[in-house]
Amino acid sequence: MTQFFQQIINGLSLGSIYALIALGYTMVYGILKLINFAHGEVFMVGAYTGLYAAGALGIDAYEASGRAFPLYLALAVLVAAMAAAALLGVLIEFLAYRPVRTAPRLTPLITAIGVSLFLQNAGMLVFSPNPQRYPAILREVRFELFGVIVTNIKLTIFGVALALMFGLHLLVQKTWTGRAMRALSFNIDAAKLMGIDTNRVIRSTFAIGSALAAAGGILFGLDQITINPLMGVLTGLKAFVAAVLGGIGSIPGAVVGGLLIGLAEQLTAGYLSPAYRDAITFVILIAILLLKPEGLLGVVRVEKV
Amino acid sequence: MRALIRAATIAGVLLVIYLLQLGFESSLNDYVQRIVLLSGINIILAVGLNLINGTTGQFSIGHAGFMAVGAYGAAYLGAKLAPPLHSLLGPGALANGVIFNIALLMGGLFAGISGLIVGMPSLRLRGDYLAVVTLGFGEIIRILFNNASFLGAATGYFGDDPSGLPAYTNFFWVFAWVTAIVVLIHNLTFSQTGRSLIAIREDEIAAEAMATPTTRLKVTAFAISAATAGIAGGLFAHMQAGVRPEDFRFEKSIDMIVMIIVGGLGSISGAILGGIFLAVSLELMRDLQQYRLVLYALLLIVIMIVRPQGLLGSRELHHFLRRRPKSGTVGGA
Repeated sequence: MTQFFQQIINGLSLGSIYALIALGYTMVYGILKLINFAHGEVFMVGAYTGLYAAGALGIDAYEASGRAFPLYLALAVLVAAMAAAALLGVLIEFLAYRPVRTAPRLTPLITAIGVSLFLQNAGMLVFSPNPQRYPAILREVRFELFGVIVTNIKLTIFGVALALMFGLHLLVQKTWTGRAMRALSFNIDAAKLMGIDTNRVIRSTFAIGSALAAAGGILFGLDQITINPLMGVLTGLKAFVAAVLGGIGSIPGAVVGGLLIGLAEQLTAGYLSPAYRDAITFVILIAILLLKPEGLLGVVRVEKV
Repeated sequence: MRALIRAATIAGVLLVIYLLQLGFESSLNDYVQRIVLLSGINIILAVGLNLINGTTGQFSIGHAGFMAVGAYGAAYLGAKLAPPLHSLLGPGALANGVIFNIALLMGGLFAGISGLIVGMPSLRLRGDYLAVVTLGFGEIIRILFNNASFLGAATGYFGDDPSGLPAYTNFFWVFAWVTAIVVLIHNLTFSQTGRSLIAIREDEIAAEAMATPTTRLKVTAFAISAATAGIAGGLFAHMQAGVRPEDFRFEKSIDMIVMIIVGGLGSISGAILGGIFLAVSLELMRDLQQYRLVLYALLLIVIMIVRPQGLLGSRELHHFLRRRPKSGTVGGA
């Protein structure tokens, strides 16, 4: 039983990272009907920006002297990574996706694959293909709760993810931009006729989604200790499956889907075999496509000619 | 009479390939021979992938997975079939040819069946789910082969013989299969079924309204495409003396996509040109390994923005040569 709760704790913290990334997929898909394959790479770049930002803020000195990295600097690292990723997301949208926005569906999809491939390989050239140790911007404290080992890192991951998701909820439900996003995802042409600057709203969508992915990247680095330029491929794919599981286009769906995928992965690793932890995601994907293709919280939309 | 003409044509084509093979082996060095064989294998991969990605408009980005299934299937069966068939037919080219072709067909069959399994759930829905499912499938299949101990796990499968898989793959067999598959895909594309596939690409809902069985056709086209990738995998395995899981990374799928996009989505001659382009450019860029994929990625993005239909578009090479009016083309844009 203790082991079960241990897996649940690990699954929830991993799942909240997936949820953060899944939000970006679901927001972009909701508006542009585009699987943004480059989103996993934005997550990777976010993690690396965090690594370099921590280096610039003198983490080495703190680690060498054994003092803890101050919290305000850790927050600065988070903000820097989120800002850099937001910029990258906006750039990708502007340079690669906007020119092909009105093209047939396949064209943006191939462009997205191209951007993803470009960032992976440029990442290997710039950051070196070898895994790098992630700086301890948060010092690990372990404590036991009814025999289950909990670390402050796992709790922080869960807390930060929850706070960001709540912020996104407020933004989408309460602000003008959020309302415009919902309008675009409902009907982009009608939104344009109502005088909404669609380019601006799409730009904000990419910025917000990318910033969330970067936060996910830093939390991932904290959790997994090492990062590498290809980390976005599998993690991005799992987050996309999370978005499909929850119902693509649905923001609460992405959160639920992310947590479920994280839990499923940890329970598989714990009770079946760690070799199948990556495979379970795709089993879930195939099952959901067969049984309930609109996802858990998605709505069925009739496609009109 | 028609059957007779057909048999004569086949015999004639095989004879020509055989004569070319004699010239090929005597006049070209190993390095050039390898590029030519790889071009042939690439042509099969590109023409097969083009059927689903180009003609039908559904996007698979995990075809390396099907290639791996075919490669492992053909290698394993080839190794297991060799002793009984050699005792039945005796040693020599005839027995080797029989073993090799049975192994290739079975490899293609396995790949086709995995195509059915992957395609059925994802092709019921809109095409872009297929992209994600195939990507996942490609990774899973590699993980499976990486852990399958009877197939050599991570070191790869090299047959029962210590010297590795027999090098059955030669000019004759590669280009006999290239001819067969190109003719098959060509005839399929220009048949009524092919028109339906193009209709699905152009407008799936309208095609459905015209009583086209869209799901069944998409799944069939996908399975055929997977099977051709499997045959290419079998040829590849018997050229390398063995198969390793890392031969079928995601990069391999990307290579295939680059082939068909450079040539033009939906064009068979474009796919052929793309296959040759990739085999040659891989060799030329050997020293630029780490920049290769960056360049391919940029090439994909730029082509998509500037000329999304690729070099030839969905037209065939002979349409340009004959300068036929545009109405004679398939699909168009």
